[in-house]
Amino acid sequence: MSATSAGALSPETVMQQMKRNGVTDIVWLPDSETNWLFLLMQADPDLRLVGVTREGHAASIAAGLYAGGRKPMILIQNTGMMESGDSIRGWLMGLQVPVVLMVGYRGYTRHGVNSDTAATYTERFLMAFNLSYYLVENDADADRISVAFQEAERTRKPVVVLVGDEYHGFNR
Amino acid sequence: MMHTTDVLNLFAEHRGDAIVIPGRGGRHWVNISESATDLPLGDPAMGGHAGFGLGLALAQPNRKVVLFDSEGDVLMSLGMLATIAEQAPTNFYHFMLDNECYATTGGQPVPNAKHVDYASIARGAGYPRALAFNELEPLRRELPGILRQPGPVFVALKVLPEVENTPIGGRVRWRKRAADKVVQDLRAELGVP
Repeated sequence: MSATSAGALSPETVMQQMKRNGVTDIVWLPDSETNWLFLLMQADPDLRLVGVTREGHAASIAAGLYAGGRKPMILIQNTGMMESGDSIRGWLMGLQVPVVLMVGYRGYTRHGVNSDTAATYTERFLMAFNLSYYLVENDADADRISVAFQEAERTRKPVVVLVGDEYHGFNR
Repeated sequence: MMHTTDVLNLFAEHRGDAIVIPGRGGRHWVNISESATDLPLGDPAMGGHAGFGLGLALAQPNRKVVLFDSEGDVLMSLGMLATIAEQAPTNFYHFMLDNECYATTGGQPVPNAKHVDYASIARGAGYPRALAFNELEPLRRELPGILRQPGPVFVALKVLPEVENTPIGGRVRWRKRAADKVVQDLRAELGVP
């Protein structure tokens, strides 16, 4: 593990987790922090990227991909996840789609002191929707991504991975 | 304007082995066809049918996927048209039933109901083909050709509203299978685990 990756979540690590868990399609809406990950995903010929214009769209697209036999993953930010509530309810929970949502935890601070309401309401939103979630802050936490995939398959429910290293790990 | 049942019956003649997502036409489609490749999902969450159709078309590139969307759904998710156009699945046939209102909530008009040119919007979003029909006979003539050519294609259809004013709790349920069962039935039919 490099000195950089010891304290951060590297895009390569996230890609390894995607591969390990058989992800075929990434349904996503870009944000600045995921740019390097985007470049890695874009360079992978086995991974299809489906860009959306609003995060809620990702839910129904992922549901359709799953219905047709693919294994999608959703990559969005917490702000967009909260905007997507009804789509997550109807298209993912309602259709029992086992999908992992990797969600950038904008505003997260390890110490719980934050000035960004996006962070304030993120975990409350997940609890309100009874969505299981795992926090990943650095490469040492990366196995939790596989745990999320396993839980999604076992329960046939969406499971969320909160990426708490948004401001470092994905930056170039 | 056309009757939704007439549109769906006409389409059924040309369906072939297409996977069909009847969308807001589901209550009629279940009386026409009810197999594992019919996906009467009801309304999981408004605005999402096009995304579901896109995902399914991408996952099953060798099968035609036909969606009967609605103008209310399309208006809610206009950006989806750009996503579909970018992915450009050649097996995706995106029909839209336009009754100019929110029929299931009492018939209130959608914004600018009579003046939105959906085919132009789809074309502007990047669909290579987009058409509009107000009457059944022109559609009857063109439909075989529409389905013969590659997608994605957007077809706007003016249909008569079938307004429901009964409280939701008192309405007759038309779905014969739960939505998650519909998905699992399709996966079993397609042979995916």
